[in-house]
Amino acid sequence: MDWSWLPKYLPMLLQGLSITIQILVISMVLGLTLAVPIGLVQVTGPKWLSRIAQAYCTVMRGTPLLIQLYLFYYGVGSILATFPELRQSIFWPILREGYFYAILAFALNEAGYAGEIMRGAFLSVPKGELEAARAFGMTPFQVLRRVWLPRALRNVLPTLGGETILTLKSTPLAALVTVVDLFGAADRVRQETYIIYPPLLLVMAIYMILTFIITRAFAVVEKQIPSRR
Amino acid sequence: MFPSVLEFGKTGFGDELARGALSTLLIAASSFIIGLVLGQLGAAAKLYGGPASRFIANIYTTVIRAVPELVLILLLFFAGTKGISALGVAVGYGPVDINGTFAAILVLGFVQGAYATEVIRGAIQAVPVGQIEAARAFGMSGTQVFTRVILPAMLPNAIPGLANLWLVVIKDTALITVTGASAELAQMTKNAAGFTKRYFLFYFVSGCIYLAMTLVSNYFISRLEAYVRRGQPKLA
Repeated sequence: MDWSWLPKYLPMLLQGLSITIQILVISMVLGLTLAVPIGLVQVTGPKWLSRIAQAYCTVMRGTPLLIQLYLFYYGVGSILATFPELRQSIFWPILREGYFYAILAFALNEAGYAGEIMRGAFLSVPKGELEAARAFGMTPFQVLRRVWLPRALRNVLPTLGGETILTLKSTPLAALVTVVDLFGAADRVRQETYIIYPPLLLVMAIYMILTFIITRAFAVVEKQIPSRR
Repeated sequence: MFPSVLEFGKTGFGDELARGALSTLLIAASSFIIGLVLGQLGAAAKLYGGPASRFIANIYTTVIRAVPELVLILLLFFAGTKGISALGVAVGYGPVDINGTFAAILVLGFVQGAYATEVIRGAIQAVPVGQIEAARAFGMSGTQVFTRVILPAMLPNAIPGLANLWLVVIKDTALITVTGASAELAQMTKNAAGFTKRYFLFYFVSGCIYLAMTLVSNYFISRLEAYVRRGQPKLA
């Protein structure tokens, strides 16, 4: 195995690693934030809103992420490019970047998967606890913030850990829309030096380490939660 | 109203997309079956194997499930095509040029196998030990215990997980486009969109086709689940 490329490309790989982590964290945070209302309206919302949320989850979970990403990057991107006002605006440097579309696609996709999880999570909180909170005179928003959401999140923490790993494993798709993430960097090495296996094996090992770290981190957080089982 | 680029025949890409969709289903179904066979073997190795086979099965499921599918597909695609070609030279057949679709099926099947192993292992473990012991006490052979007791008892536990894998493999076929060696739906969409420059239209239509595959699958999955769960108490 030829590792002579490593010193030259190491900075690019590290830069790629940081991009991968950025994409993962930003899209996870955005996705989960969106997932809370998506899950909530399916449990308590009016019927039409609940239907929309359900349809959203079905579409996001029923189509390949790659197609969603291309739809945003090439599809929406090419439509946006037809507006000259937009091309001259200060937003254009962002709207041109694959990085932006990758985060958008991953966050919306994650919201679909996590929305379904949050629906189950909200349902799993015992009714009595919500009634008790209401009996204390809490407003609906206070019930959500102090009782319902924390209890729901606690119940699905392990599932969300798995979801984070799945999102990590979809981040290399960003390389297909010109983002030089960890996988993109390895791909660049392959294109420039024709060395195939060592860079791919190296990033494979890094992805395994990241998966391990995420697993451990969620285990630590889970331990913080006092529970009687 | 109906965009002419979607027409069938020489002027439109309708027939190309239809052929791509068929190819996607073929690749997905073949990989799923390979995954089932590998999963069955993996589960057997993990549950009943010796230390060596258990170790190999553990490495297989841990590595495959921790690494992004895209990386695995690229790695296995290059390694697999090169390996088989080298094998062809070794047996005196000369270098073999593998069909991209065939390589894709093998790669996706190998990845599916790791997930199927865990699903099947979990499902078998959920069968109450007493039932298996009772079967043995009746004097059934190993095969009889498996086909008459373990298999029917584990299917209700395994179907949801395996159904999920089927939906995953349909969507994973889209990843094969990175190798550029196949003619499934995502690749056809990419070609058509690039040729006509109507990116939004084609990716939207292709998304709808994938969604239709998923929804139709969901219908049959729920029928199948109702069938294997017949005679059992309803889930809460």
